[in-house]
Amino acid sequence: MKRFISRPGAVGAAGPPDDQPGVTARPDDGRAITAEPDIGTAGRINGRPSPGRPRWRARAVPFWFLIPALALYGFVVIWPSLQGAAFSLTDWDGLSPTKDFVGLANFRELWSDDVARGAVRQTIIIAIAVTIIQNGFGLLLALGVNTQIRSRNLLRVLLFAPAVITPVITAFLWRHLLAPTGAVNDVLGAVGLGALQRDWLGNPDLALWSVVAVIVWQFAGLSMVIFLAGLQSIPREIYEAAAIDGTGPIRRFWYVVRPMLAPAITINLVLSMIGGLKLFDQVWVMTGGGPGRATETLSTLLYKEAFQFGAFGYSIALAIVLTAFVAVLASVQYGFLRRQEESAQ
Amino acid sequence: MTRYRLGTFWLELVMIAVTAVMAFPLYVLVNMSLRPEGSVSSPTAPTTSPTLENYGDAWSQAGLGSALLNSITITGLSILILVLVSSMAAYHLARVTAMWSRGVFVLVMAGLLLPFQLALIPLYVTVRDLGLLGSVWSLVLFHSGLQIPLSVFLYVGFIRALPREYEEAARIDGSGSWQTFRLVVFPLLRPITGTVIVINTVLIWNDFLTPLLYLSGSPSQTVPVAIYSFVGQYITRWEFVSAALVLGVLPVLIAYFAMQKHVIRGFAGGLKG
Repeated sequence: MKRFISRPGAVGAAGPPDDQPGVTARPDDGRAITAEPDIGTAGRINGRPSPGRPRWRARAVPFWFLIPALALYGFVVIWPSLQGAAFSLTDWDGLSPTKDFVGLANFRELWSDDVARGAVRQTIIIAIAVTIIQNGFGLLLALGVNTQIRSRNLLRVLLFAPAVITPVITAFLWRHLLAPTGAVNDVLGAVGLGALQRDWLGNPDLALWSVVAVIVWQFAGLSMVIFLAGLQSIPREIYEAAAIDGTGPIRRFWYVVRPMLAPAITINLVLSMIGGLKLFDQVWVMTGGGPGRATETLSTLLYKEAFQFGAFGYSIALAIVLTAFVAVLASVQYGFLRRQEESAQ
Repeated sequence: MTRYRLGTFWLELVMIAVTAVMAFPLYVLVNMSLRPEGSVSSPTAPTTSPTLENYGDAWSQAGLGSALLNSITITGLSILILVLVSSMAAYHLARVTAMWSRGVFVLVMAGLLLPFQLALIPLYVTVRDLGLLGSVWSLVLFHSGLQIPLSVFLYVGFIRALPREYEEAARIDGSGSWQTFRLVVFPLLRPITGTVIVINTVLIWNDFLTPLLYLSGSPSQTVPVAIYSFVGQYITRWEFVSAALVLGVLPVLIAYFAMQKHVIRGFAGGLKG
C-alpha cells in the first residue's frame, strides 16, 4: 500500500488541475478553500460529520455512482454464479426447456468418477508446482536483475515479455517445440544429451510436468517484476548496514530482505495459485487433457462436459468444486485485503 | 554493493545466458516462419534462404485482418466502460463509510475469488437466449462485468490515499458531485487509470475461452480464436503456422516494447498494491 500512498501524494504535489472549478474561476473564495480542509480532517477522524457541519459531506458521492458498475457486475458475475449454483442441482443438458431437480446427485457422481477425481488431482498438482517453481525462479531472476549488472534494464524487459503474449500462441509454439522431432529434443541431441530426449507431451508421466514448465516459462517474468518492485522499495541503508555488520548474503536475504518482501510474496503466491487452479488455455491447446486423461484439469473437463457432452448440470458441479478450491485461498486473500485496507486508512 | 566487481561480471554472464535460453523459443518461431514449406532441416538451424511468403498467405487465410479489428473493438470498448464505471464506483466506495457501502465493497471483492468458469455456462445460456451469441457486444458486456472487481480494487486503494481537499474545495464552490468527479477527482486518478488500462488490456486481449464460446460459428473472431482455428486446421504445415503465430504475437509485442516502462510499472505497482 505504500506505493499508493506515495503516488497520489506526488500527483497532489504537482498542483491541482488548472481547470478545477472554483479555484481559478472564483479566486475570492480562497479563504473558504483554505479554511475547509480543517473540517475535512476532523470529519475523517470522527468517521461521520457532526451536527452543525455543512451537510454536503454526507451526500458528497451519491449512491448512483455505484449503479452502472453494480449492474454490469451483477448481470455478468453474481446472477449467473447464483444460477450456476442452482443448475448444479439439476440434470439440465443446456438445451431442453425442462430440467429435473436431482439434489446432490451430480456431486455424488463427481466423487465416484475417476476422471473427475483425476482432474482434481492434476489441477492441484499444477497449481502447487507452478506456485513453487514460478515464484522460486521469479525471485532468483529478480535478485539477479536487482544488482549492478549493466544489462539489467534490457533483461528485465525481455524476461517479462512472455507474460504479455497470448497464452494460446505460446501454447502452440511449445506444442511444436516439445514434439518428438521438435527443437527441445533437437537441442538435447546437439549438446550430447540425446539420452534425455523424450516425447514430452505424449508421455503420460511427463505431460503434466511439461505443462507446468511452459506456465513457469511464461509467467516467471511476472513474478520477477512483482518481486523486483518489492526489492526496490527496500531502503539501501538497510542492505548496507547488514553488509557492514558482516552478515553473509544468504543470512542477509533471509533476515533482512525476506521480511520486507512479505507483501510481494503474498500477492505472488495468491496470483500464481489462483492462475494455476483456473488453468485452461495452455492445457487445451497443448494436450487437450491428454494423453489419455493425464493432463485433464477441472477447467478442461468442465468445458468438455458442458459443450461436448451437454452435461451442463454436471459441468457446473465441477465449476463449484473449482470455486471451493479457490475459496480455500479466500481466507488468505481476505486477510491480505484487510491489511491493505487498514494501512490505506 | 555499488561497484561493478568480478562477481558482478559473472552474474551478468549468467543472467544473459538465462535470458537467451528463455528467448530461445521465440527465435525458433521466427526462424521457422521464414522457411519455405516442406523444409527438412532442424528447427533450430538458421534458415538459409529466408522468405516472407508464409506471412502473406497466413494473414489472408487466417482472417487476421478482421480478427485484429474485432480484438481492438472489444478491448477498446470494454476498457472505456471499465475505466468509467469502476472509477465512479470506487470513488463512492472509498469515500462513503456507511455500513452498506462496506458491504457492497466486500461483495465486489468477492468477485476476485470467484472463478469465471462458474458464471460462464449460465451466462452462455442467457446470452444465447438474448440472441447475442456471435456478436462482439456479448464479449464487451462480459469483459466489462468480469473485470470490475480487479479494477474497483485498484481504484479504491488509490482513492483512499488521495487527499480530499481538492474535491472538498470544489464542492464548497458549488460544484455538483458529477462535476467534481469529472473535473477534479478523475484527473487525479491518472496513474492508477494507467495501471487499470494496462492490466485489463493484457487480460482481455489474450482471453481465449470466452470468445471461443461466445463467437463460435460466427464470422467474427478475435485474434486468439482466429489463430486457434487456423493453426488447428494446418497444424502439420508448421512453417505456415509459425508465420500466423508471429503475426498474432507482433501487435502485442510492439505495444509492449513501445510502452514497456508503463506496462511493467502497471503490473508491478498495481498488483503489488
